[in-house]
Amino acid sequence: MSPQVYALLVDATTETLLMVGVSGVIATVLGLPLGLALAVTGRGELLSCPTFNHVVGLVINATRSTPFIILVVAIIPFTRLVAGTSIGTRAAIVPLIVAATPFIARVVEAAIREVDRGLIEAAAAMGATPLQIIRKVLLPEALPAIILGLTLATVSLIGYSAMVGAVGGGGLGDLGIRYGYQRFLPDVMVAVVLVLIVLVQIVQSGGELIAQQVNKRNLKS
Amino acid sequence: MIKLQDVTKVFSGRAGSRPVKALDGITLSVAAGEVFGIIGPSGAGKSTLIRVVNLLERPSSGRVEVGGVDITDLKGKSLRAARRGIGMIFQHFNLLSSRTVFGNVALPLELVGVPAAEIEQKVSQLLDLVGLADKRDRYPVELSGGQKQRVGIARALATDPKVLLCDEATSALDPETTRSILRLLADINKRLGLTILLITHEMSVVTEICRRVAVMESGRFIEQGDVLDVFVHPRTPTGRALVTTATGGDPPEVVMRRLVPQPVPGGGVVLRIVFRGSLADQPVISQLSRRFGTDMNLLHGHLDAIDDASFGVLVAEITGPPAGIHATIAFLHSNRLDVEVLGYVPPSLRATG
Repeated sequence: MSPQVYALLVDATTETLLMVGVSGVIATVLGLPLGLALAVTGRGELLSCPTFNHVVGLVINATRSTPFIILVVAIIPFTRLVAGTSIGTRAAIVPLIVAATPFIARVVEAAIREVDRGLIEAAAAMGATPLQIIRKVLLPEALPAIILGLTLATVSLIGYSAMVGAVGGGGLGDLGIRYGYQRFLPDVMVAVVLVLIVLVQIVQSGGELIAQQVNKRNLKS
Repeated sequence: MIKLQDVTKVFSGRAGSRPVKALDGITLSVAAGEVFGIIGPSGAGKSTLIRVVNLLERPSSGRVEVGGVDITDLKGKSLRAARRGIGMIFQHFNLLSSRTVFGNVALPLELVGVPAAEIEQKVSQLLDLVGLADKRDRYPVELSGGQKQRVGIARALATDPKVLLCDEATSALDPETTRSILRLLADINKRLGLTILLITHEMSVVTEICRRVAVMESGRFIEQGDVLDVFVHPRTPTGRALVTTATGGDPPEVVMRRLVPQPVPGGGVVLRIVFRGSLADQPVISQLSRRFGTDMNLLHGHLDAIDDASFGVLVAEITGPPAGIHATIAFLHSNRLDVEVLGYVPPSLRATG
């Protein structure tokens, strides 16, 4: 592998990490409360509000059913509005956030719904407010599942980020397509794939490790 | 301390299905410091009933009074304050898996903003009370069922409630652990003067710690009274079935199979005799043979004590001349023993041994 290709690989990896990192953090900040809201506003739930639940659910489903590559080009005006540009790594982060937020919201919702209803009942019987139940019961109890969900979302983001080459987003996917495929440089292709595999491995193992640390349900004695 | 006045609860159910009346005119009064049991088969409405007391379920009609205060219409802040005066423990303990024993017991105190130092002191006291001081930094997953319920009890007592609701609190425990948890509850009842309302499907739980009991079926109380009364003279089939399981069940199947509904000439009769109180100490049985020339063959028996009063259930086959058998039954009745004819046995197939 020539030094030039090596430099390209380092640049692309940095771009991927940047895109996934920034969009992952922002999507978590947005998706976590959204998922929480979905979980507690369902019919018969803690803060039952079926109309809100229904509307938000519809929007999330609509976003999630749009193929990512189409989402990227479809929201270009929005991207320009938010990022000030529609080309480059900065611009690529916007569709990544738009795609990952509903994903994370659903994952968080599922994690919170998994919390034993008996715990909510016990807290209510103690005289806990709904907010206290969320803070002291739902979030801590769902934490291991939420972390695993975020891990899953991050891995998906790495995959999505390969497609933002379409808007000049750069990153490993873009490198693989332009050099590995279009210029037919198999060694670049192999290198890109290997780096992606390593990235996904690190994210997955890291996430599982953290989830295990916070999970007090099956302690190893 | 707890008063329910004509409480009903109707669940509307899903669209299209018929509404379900889970509670149907329940009136209940539990005195301060009393241990009151509600027993019934599953689906009788016990869980709904106990949840009405702290308004986890709102009654469709009727009034709920706890500690002399009508709480039926309380909402928001005042409801939460009222709930703090009512502790509750659960069949599946409902401990937070993410918190240690200490953290679980501390939770109700955290909710009301008790300072950390005070929490520390209070929780230590409670853990001593339930005998789990050495487990304070363990997580629930590391505890046995009995230990988990002890944590549940400590947590329920954290806000110094006047009332403790026990929702099938021992149903997930083995008999030995059940007994130790019941002993703990009885001890707390005596020491703290706590009023305890418990629901269960096990008669043995009721006989162990309750003084009064209500038998529940299809959302109603079908029997209510002192445990010993209900136990010795169950007036309903459901009550009788519950008592039967508590006294070790019916006689063995081999005996029951031989029974026929009508008397057989020359055969015997199988009786269930309930002894109660001091009568259990009198030599009634030995008098029978001497006075009426009948023979008694014991098939099955159970002796127990409720509230320090002994009582016993015997299933026995009586054989002899028909007149003697009649006289025997009359004699048992005249001694205020509860006698029930379970059936008759033909002579050739008489139970032996």
